[in-house]
Amino acid sequence: MTASNTKPAKRKRQSRRVPAALLAPAVIGLAFLILPLAGLLARTPWAELPARLAEPEMLAALRLSLLTATAATALSLLFGVPIAWLLARGDFPGRSVLRALVTVPLVLPPVVGGVALLLVFGRNGIIGSWLYDRFDITIPFTTTAVILAMTFVSMPFLVVSVEGALRGADLRFEEAAATLGAGRWTVFTHVTLPMVAPGVLAGAVLCWARALGEFGATITFAGNFPGRTQTMPLAVYLALQTDLEAAIVLSLILLAVSVIVLASLRDRWTATP
Amino acid sequence: MNATTPEGLDAHLVVERGAFRIDLRLHVAPGETVALLGPNGAGKTTALRALAGLEALTDGHIALNGAVLDGAACSTVPPEDRRIGVVFQDYLLFPHLTAIDNVAFGPRRRGTGRAEARALASAWLDRVGLAGFGKRRPKQLSGGQAQRVALARALAADPALLLLDEPLAALDARTRLDTRAELHRHLAEHTGPAIVVTHDPVDALMLADRLVVVEDGRAVQEGDAESVTARPRTDYIARLVGLNLYRGKASGTAIRLDSGAVLTAAEALEGEAFAAFPPSAVALYRSEPDGSPRNTWEATVAGVHRHGDHLRVQLDGPLRAAADVTPAAAAQLGLEPGQRIWAAVKATEIRAYPA
Amino acid sequence: MRRKTIIAAAAALALAPLAACGNGAEADTGGTVTVFAAASLTEAFTEIGAQFEAEHDGVKVEFNFAGSSDLAAQITEGAPADVFASADESNMDKVVEAGAAAEPETFALNQLVIAVPEGNPDGVTGLGDLAGLDFAACATEVPCGSAAQTALDGTGLTPVTYEADVKSTLQRLLLGEVDAALVYRTDAIAAGTDVDGIEFPESAAALNTYPIAALEDAPNPELAAAFAAHVLSDDAQSVLETAGFQRP
Repeated sequence: MTASNTKPAKRKRQSRRVPAALLAPAVIGLAFLILPLAGLLARTPWAELPARLAEPEMLAALRLSLLTATAATALSLLFGVPIAWLLARGDFPGRSVLRALVTVPLVLPPVVGGVALLLVFGRNGIIGSWLYDRFDITIPFTTTAVILAMTFVSMPFLVVSVEGALRGADLRFEEAAATLGAGRWTVFTHVTLPMVAPGVLAGAVLCWARALGEFGATITFAGNFPGRTQTMPLAVYLALQTDLEAAIVLSLILLAVSVIVLASLRDRWTATP
Repeated sequence: MNATTPEGLDAHLVVERGAFRIDLRLHVAPGETVALLGPNGAGKTTALRALAGLEALTDGHIALNGAVLDGAACSTVPPEDRRIGVVFQDYLLFPHLTAIDNVAFGPRRRGTGRAEARALASAWLDRVGLAGFGKRRPKQLSGGQAQRVALARALAADPALLLLDEPLAALDARTRLDTRAELHRHLAEHTGPAIVVTHDPVDALMLADRLVVVEDGRAVQEGDAESVTARPRTDYIARLVGLNLYRGKASGTAIRLDSGAVLTAAEALEGEAFAAFPPSAVALYRSEPDGSPRNTWEATVAGVHRHGDHLRVQLDGPLRAAADVTPAAAAQLGLEPGQRIWAAVKATEIRAYPA
Repeated sequence: MRRKTIIAAAAALALAPLAACGNGAEADTGGTVTVFAAASLTEAFTEIGAQFEAEHDGVKVEFNFAGSSDLAAQITEGAPADVFASADESNMDKVVEAGAAAEPETFALNQLVIAVPEGNPDGVTGLGDLAGLDFAACATEVPCGSAAQTALDGTGLTPVTYEADVKSTLQRLLLGEVDAALVYRTDAIAAGTDVDGIEFPESAAALNTYPIAALEDAPNPELAAAFAAHVLSDDAQSVLETAGFQRP
């Protein structure tokens, strides 16, 4: 990049006064969101932390959590963006019904979602039984099952976010691209997608965060086996059965890792002008 | 006008959307620039979108250099395959791409390699006077610069037909002047047909070889700048060019208007006719003038407002007209609304032509 | 210290409706006895409670069924309970250590069985037959899991999943996701005819002991003692046996 004067100079924005009617509920809301975290921090047995961090089981759970949440986000992007496009741009009967169906996993208690997945992909499930009989493949109790459970509960977050971005996008840019010789797919990849990138990104972040914290569908569908299906939330839940402090430490580690990952990603994305 | 000429654009655009309908025949020769001039909502932009393939034709056809792009008998060619360049009203530069990548977008889609497309885009930016601005994003460009990038982007795709939708409307007065002159130069260099949509007569007159006046989806007048401005056929165009326009029946030099008043022109004419004269041709008097003017009538001052460096007086009466007077004359006449006044126009100032 | 306050808060939340009931009934002549009992005792204790109410005119038995560790935490934080029936000794020990109970008595034993689908399609007769089969067990953090671990130690067998509690372990079998599950005999019996329970000798080394105690701070000490005594009576014991428990 040349040292041209094209970069807008960083200006100190004058602090604008926030209306009290907004400030008061904002502060109360923030306190409500932050205080439980502060409570966890206050009760953390910090001395135990290094020992916990070195535990191979904890590391395995953390690794598995990061791996599966990322895989679930990738799957959600792969399938969720086209769904969002269909919902935002498609013109077919029953679109509003489809939109409502897509958001079902948001409302469904995750444990029920896990049972529903078992009924489809389980050994006696609609698809699962065929996979088992034909290829001797069982999905429950595998890492694949964890990823599927996470994708099921977190993909709607991505779809809703991307659909909103697509609806807000100015179609005339796509028309402009068409007049320049871009076919529909090229318009999508070269114009639509880059223009809704912030929405896709926000959706992916929500999706990843939701997948990382996923518990109910995972334990129901994928079971609990260290290193294979025991993600951090499952480890936390089981620790809670015997040792509250251990559970707090595990939660904090999960929290810290996700905050670090999201913050570093954000820096990277906002660094490009 | 020869509809069978394969070169250039031959189109009959019929688009219906609810109560709105346009029905427009357009023929544009290679190298020719036609302005679609008309008030807002006349259907100019719809016509443009239909040509670009962004709006389906209800009926009619579009043929460009002999190839049918749209028509009842054949399938519609999609916009990406039409090779029609469009400069949109608010430019629609892709915000996520730099200026040079915006310009290179068209060549890239037509199969040009990345490096070659960038070189081409760079050359186009040079041609529109924006060398060195290639790395800027649209947000970092001024209105005039963005307009020029949009023009370069449309031209870089080597379009067979160039369409410009209100290309100067979004610019401030000063930028507009410079940009208009430059745009005129590029249009002159463009070898294919070009169509400029505008509601500004000055843009139309300056940029186009030929004007098509569109009102309510139809062409109401067509011709070169001179004939259209000299002989307006609708109130809209008369207002635009600043003429008082009347319609009536001519019998010799006398034209009996629909309102009953009679105007006397210098040239003789028979049948349905238009009569037009500029506001500057109207002389105002406190009392009935004597002497030469053949057209004299008593009127009421309906309003007075500043118009350039003189005052425009709206006259009510048997002949509604606008008259221009100098501030000095206005002071002397003591003009104010409601005042009775005498108006006179010389016969030689009145243009009469068949309707 | 700190930890106690957290648990106290949690317990207060969990018990809010229950506490309200207890306080309201205290003025009655018969009174109310509040029993905190392990979730695995739900069916048996509901019946035993009915027996007790029938024998004691005007007395009402209120139950709070939950995981033993949750109940123990609630009691040590001062929840107003009269009786605690735990599914294992370690949780009862916590309550005793905290001074909330004294002299617990064992009222039932529970043994692990291998639960298999009705008719035992894989022909399981003992732990050894689990080799090559998918089976579920409880996580070692919960009582049924520690019992299962004791039984499995040295056999080289590994379940496909360590479930958070015995009910979800059994659920795996009922949904057909596994071929067998290590659960308590009582759970296998409660599942009815869908499930057969196969006894195996190694489970004797991992018996689960159920202790009961009237609590020191019981709001209703006489009724508390009476209820604990009733659970050890023959009437109550036959109910427990029907449910699959063994006499101590």
